[in-house]
Amino acid sequence: MTPPASRRDKGLVRPYVVTEGRSHPTRNTFDLVTLVMAHDDRPLGGLSPEKRALMELCLGGALSVAEIAGHLVLPVSVVKVLLGDLVDSGHLSTRAPIPSAQLPEAQILQEVLDGLRARL
Amino acid sequence: MDFVPASERASGAEDLYLPRTVRTAVKILVVGHFAVGKTTFVGSLSEIRPLRTEETMTQAGALVDDLAGIDGKTTTTVAMDFGRLTLSESLVLYLFGAPGQQRFTRLWQDMTQGALGALVLADTRRLEQSFEVMGLLEEHGLPYAVAVNHFDGAPVHPEEEIREALDLLPETPLVTCDARDRASSTRALITLVEYLSKRTAPETVQEYV
Repeated sequence: MTPPASRRDKGLVRPYVVTEGRSHPTRNTFDLVTLVMAHDDRPLGGLSPEKRALMELCLGGALSVAEIAGHLVLPVSVVKVLLGDLVDSGHLSTRAPIPSAQLPEAQILQEVLDGLRARL
Repeated sequence: MDFVPASERASGAEDLYLPRTVRTAVKILVVGHFAVGKTTFVGSLSEIRPLRTEETMTQAGALVDDLAGIDGKTTTTVAMDFGRLTLSESLVLYLFGAPGQQRFTRLWQDMTQGALGALVLADTRRLEQSFEVMGLLEEHGLPYAVAVNHFDGAPVHPEEEIREALDLLPETPLVTCDARDRASSTRALITLVEYLSKRTAPETVQEYV
């Protein structure tokens, strides 16, 4: 059951304005669960309102790309463009999800299983 | 300091951010047709208030949802709901809930890419509507288990009948759950992950009766 949809403000600005007309990020390294960390020693002056909002959110601690999109109420594709710029400018760094080819999958699955069982 | 799951911490306030020690993030999909209980399932398990992101649908993916037999559901979302479970000091699991209609979007590509597997939620009143999403998962090579979400007033069928109706492979796990209940939902997820482990490392498995 979906909770009653509180229609969130869509904002008046179109996504392509936020991204300055770009639909692809400068780097193609963002997964939904890529973890993003902000550097607190970078100036926020000169950033667009969306990038500033993103930085203010991320300065509180680590979040995934999907969470950033959810909190900022922006499409994931737009958030990826903003993140690409902010990584390029040194404001953010990322911890990529382990590529599935290198994933010690049995070990990860066991950890997931242990964690879930501990919640019962 | 010992790791304490967010759900068991004393403070009532949720932790918005991840613990600094988290190194690895993994994802599992919770999929199924419209109004099958995906959002409820994710909400029961998530340690944070579930979040939602919306993406512009392409024309090809714009389907009209069938509301037959579904009470009180008047809106169509082209959105993904997701939640978070910090499972250890170094590992976090994200659950992404989305209907199969989103297959044409970048969001669906993003969700399936690198996912460990998927839990298919099914409703005994509309079992046939699960085929589309099961087919999609097979196309993507994503292993899945099926959890029948029990709705009040929905018919209860023997497991064999449901297996047959869904045309499940013998090894595909099938469980019943109540998406509103955290323990029940957790057990459904455990069934999926046990299945994934078993597939990944068959040589280390001693006995599965």
